Amino acid sequence: MSSMNIVSFLPVITPLLAGVLILLARVGGLNLQRLLSLLSVLLLLFVALDLMQNAVQGVPQVYALGNWVAPFGIVLVLDGLSALMVLITALLALPALWYAVTTKIDARGAHFHVLFQLQLFGLNGAFMTGDVFNLFVFFEVLLLASYGLLLHGGGAQRTKAGLHYVAINLIGSTLFLFAVGALYGVLGTLNMADMAVKVSQAPAEDLGVIAAAGLLLLLVFGLKAAMFPLYLWLPQAYANTSAPVAALFAIMTKVGLYAIIRVHGLVFGDSAGELAYFYTPWVLGMGLITLLLAAFGVMAARGLREQVAYLVLASVATLLIGIGLNSVEAMSATLFYLIHSTLIAGGFFLLADLIARGRGGERFVSMAAMPQAVLLGATFVFAAIAMSGLPPLSGFIGKVLILMAALNHPAFMLVLAVVLLAGLLMIIAVARAGSLLFYNVQNDMPSGEPLNKSAYAAVVWLLAGAALMVVLAHPLTQLTDAIAGQLSQTPFYVQTVLSTPAVGGT
Amino acid sequence: MEILIAAIIGILTATGVFLTLRGHTFPVVLGLTLLAYAVNVFLFAMGRLTSGLPAVINPAQGGYTDPLPQALVLTAIVIAFGMTAFLIVLALKARGELGNDHVDGRTDGDLK
Repeated sequence: MSSMNIVSFLPVITPLLAGVLILLARVGGLNLQRLLSLLSVLLLLFVALDLMQNAVQGVPQVYALGNWVAPFGIVLVLDGLSALMVLITALLALPALWYAVTTKIDARGAHFHVLFQLQLFGLNGAFMTGDVFNLFVFFEVLLLASYGLLLHGGGAQRTKAGLHYVAINLIGSTLFLFAVGALYGVLGTLNMADMAVKVSQAPAEDLGVIAAAGLLLLLVFGLKAAMFPLYLWLPQAYANTSAPVAALFAIMTKVGLYAIIRVHGLVFGDSAGELAYFYTPWVLGMGLITLLLAAFGVMAARGLREQVAYLVLASVATLLIGIGLNSVEAMSATLFYLIHSTLIAGGFFLLADLIARGRGGERFVSMAAMPQAVLLGATFVFAAIAMSGLPPLSGFIGKVLILMAALNHPAFMLVLAVVLLAGLLMIIAVARAGSLLFYNVQNDMPSGEPLNKSAYAAVVWLLAGAALMVVLAHPLTQLTDAIAGQLSQTPFYVQTVLSTPAVGGT
Repeated sequence: MEILIAAIIGILTATGVFLTLRGHTFPVVLGLTLLAYAVNVFLFAMGRLTSGLPAVINPAQGGYTDPLPQALVLTAIVIAFGMTAFLIVLALKARGELGNDHVDGRTDGDLK
């Protein structure tokens, strides 16, 4: 079986080394740190593109850390899904970092770039690990970096939101350990592939404990993904942090979704016998409730950033529904929508910050007219159309794909009704927000900052994804089909991971 | 021994949950710490409770102590320690910036 070459290890090691280097580069000043940080993310982007090409065709690549083979050691596994997540992270991180540099947000506190790189380290590690406990460790790495990033810049509101965010995630970590411990106690392994084997062989009296631990794990991942009823931390945290951090956090909720697809899809997949896909009705139901509440949140938001945070929540809920539908077509549609929603949400957060800078605030109240209102207004319309899923942009295609996949599900009437109703509510709310922001102006008030052209480039980069994903919809759906096909072949994944030999051994 | 360990985990968890639900930051920090203790003991117990057995398989002995949960507990302790330290600093920062130690930044007068 193919072992992993060194390129496959780069997404994890690059940001870690870059983080340390940037910390040491402090003596060289902020500009040196910026340069190193941008270089590291650029390298990540190229590596991710290279890995994506290799990962779609062929077998998952396995890297045994310290040359300890699975299931005894920790392995990094790179398959199509992991490569896709690493690629999305790099695509999102570059403009977010560019925005932070061009608006000088990174100068508002110490160590922005170090934390940014460590965040990427945690994200890429979580996307590539094949070990449940190692997943916990990478979760902690990305969370600790995100605590620092969330609080970057300071301010009372940010501190309050940060306190809630940290407390809820510490509880999540504790529950994660309880779930992992219970699974280890029953199955005697931590390797995900080996867990899948052990669950299929588990005696009937152990199934109850395994199911309970699996649902506890779902709760933890649901907390990261902001699934009902554990979403209350998200709007405050995302609305109160700085714009580039909020943009990067668009991928943070997707970590929870990725973990559900990876861990639950693998361990409780086809081979799990009585427990096969026992979690999907929960995911579907919670996704539907989350979507409705997110739509209400979008309507009730008092400021643009809060509204975008609820739009992120709505996209997470749509993805949960896609996972809950539990079919290869639905998984492919989910992955398509995941690419779209991550990039557009990131772009929308940056755009919201530009608008807030232009008019002097992001609240939905009458304020000064902003400079370059036509350009920003047109961009807002574009982002709003993409985010709320209207034709002709990628949000529409993603939603149509998910709804088409839903037609084969017994509960398709409910799914269609909720998704379409939520979509309508969001369109109304976003249209209202646009008219409040751009038409309801006070001419006697001094306007805010002029538009920062270089920062605007970051918004264009991310929002261009919505148009590109329409033009390239056919190859992209082929890609997501291939990845979804890989994900449905769990026995092949399990066999590849468990049969990878040590380097130099037999 | 099983009953004792189970009772310890239960009491620690219950106390932790109760304290985490309090309105001020200090009890919340204490509650999270107790929850972390509870999960450490739980992880430890998941390797099965044995006494006087070696961690490395020895044919002369009748069994062995599973060393993996102990490694997991060690990792979990280090992480929980770092997180608690961060949370305490953050709670102090919140006390300074918000002017009180309520988790929502409100004074008792606001709550009535």
